[in-house]
Amino acid sequence: MKFKFKDRERADELVQLINRRVPDRRIKIVHVCGTHEVAITENGLRSLLPDRIDIREGPGCPVCVTPTSDLDAALKLAERGAIITAFGDMMNVPGTAKSLNELKSEGADVRLVYSVSEGAKIAENTEKQVVFLGVGFETTTPMTAAILKDDPPENFSILPSNKLIPPAMKSLLELPDNDIDGFIAPGHVSTIIGVRPYESLAEEYGVPIVVGGFEPLDILYALALIMNQISNSDPKAENGYNRAVDYEGNPKSKKLIKEVFKETDATWRGIGTIPNSGLTLNRNYEEWNALNRFEVEPEEGIEEPPNCLCPQVITARATPGECELFKEKCTPSSPYGPCMVGEEAMCNIWYRYGGRPKL
Amino acid sequence: MKQEREVILNPMCLAIPGEVLAVEDERATVDVGGVEQEVRLDTLSEDVAEGDYLLVHTGFAIQKLSPEEAQETLSLFDELIETNKQLEEEREV
Ligand code: SF4
Ligand code: SF4
Repeated sequence: MKFKFKDRERADELVQLINRRVPDRRIKIVHVCGTHEVAITENGLRSLLPDRIDIREGPGCPVCVTPTSDLDAALKLAERGAIITAFGDMMNVPGTAKSLNELKSEGADVRLVYSVSEGAKIAENTEKQVVFLGVGFETTTPMTAAILKDDPPENFSILPSNKLIPPAMKSLLELPDNDIDGFIAPGHVSTIIGVRPYESLAEEYGVPIVVGGFEPLDILYALALIMNQISNSDPKAENGYNRAVDYEGNPKSKKLIKEVFKETDATWRGIGTIPNSGLTLNRNYEEWNALNRFEVEPEEGIEEPPNCLCPQVITARATPGECELFKEKCTPSSPYGPCMVGEEAMCNIWYRYGGRPKL
Repeated sequence: MKQEREVILNPMCLAIPGEVLAVEDERATVDVGGVEQEVRLDTLSEDVAEGDYLLVHTGFAIQKLSPEEAQETLSLFDELIETNKQLEEEREV
């Protein structure tokens, strides 16, 4: 499929448009998606834009925001002999004592999977208990629901750590020292939930929220729509990614989530507890919850190591460069804090693209 | 380096477009970037036929795409650029 989304001419036009619309002050735009950050840095978009547009990544990577308590629970389950299946991104995240990878090297059965269905398949072929570490945002949750509705093997269960994006955006807007001028909402989360959940946020906080795709033109387009809203003083929720996002989202996937999960308060690494920002299995599916099956109580873990600025970075109040450990004590091969671990975590990306991604 | 590869192949939050080669019940064979992949359709509301484009996330379809829709997006970019040019011109007059 040949989409011409890298088209230079259109990019120039959109940049000019942004330039004409952007107010004469510092403008802070926050996106909440690791994939957006990669697209922005890889294509050097910051260098095309005026310096006063400051684009930051909020809590956009489920790896970074998964609390140590959930990781520690997974480690406990592995120690009790369960096979742990997890997305590759989760393998190196430090828990309180160690990471899944470290546990694996000590002999625990931890397996990397590309999808929840693979976890269920592993369970089909063994007598042992198999646990899937259910991390991820709204994009990833319908798959877990589909598997649980589709008669999964009895020795399969889920460690639910699924999270919701709109409550996280709200928590950022609630921070008194966080002057956010606009959000680029995550494209594929919005494929599932649609644009409507952002409406009340945009209205209540008077902030533009535009759903953006992942090609350079998509992102410039989303920025142009935001600048348009700012200069017209007309903040609202808007769809800038029509080819993949319907206003109401994906009804079938939304229904699956509703049928299997229920909202719960959740801990976000670097932020703390946000009310109703997580999903756990509802009453009809409780038996598939690994915490119930193994009677494991998640315990408060140790969040960031001392001096790590992750809480500020995750809430878009600091950039990685402001952390004194960045590139010194903290690197992708030897991460000190959680924001250096995920491939699309802010500190990790900034490290790989030379410290300050202004290409 | 190896680790970096793994993660790029394993993007938990990424969805990739692919073309449907065949459909059987709730499953489709999809060409995702030249690699044939089995994709589950039970997360999708619409019906799917051979030749459709799907957005695929961890082995599940989350959205049907059409090349026309992609085209439509490009014309949306142009529309925004155009209206703004007109606005500018009006202002300058
Ligand atoms: S590293 Fe990227 S793909 Fe993996 S969880 Fe984070 S944002 Fe998603
Ligand atoms: S550079 Fe490392 S220590 Fe500093 S904020 Fe990022 S993850 Fe934390």
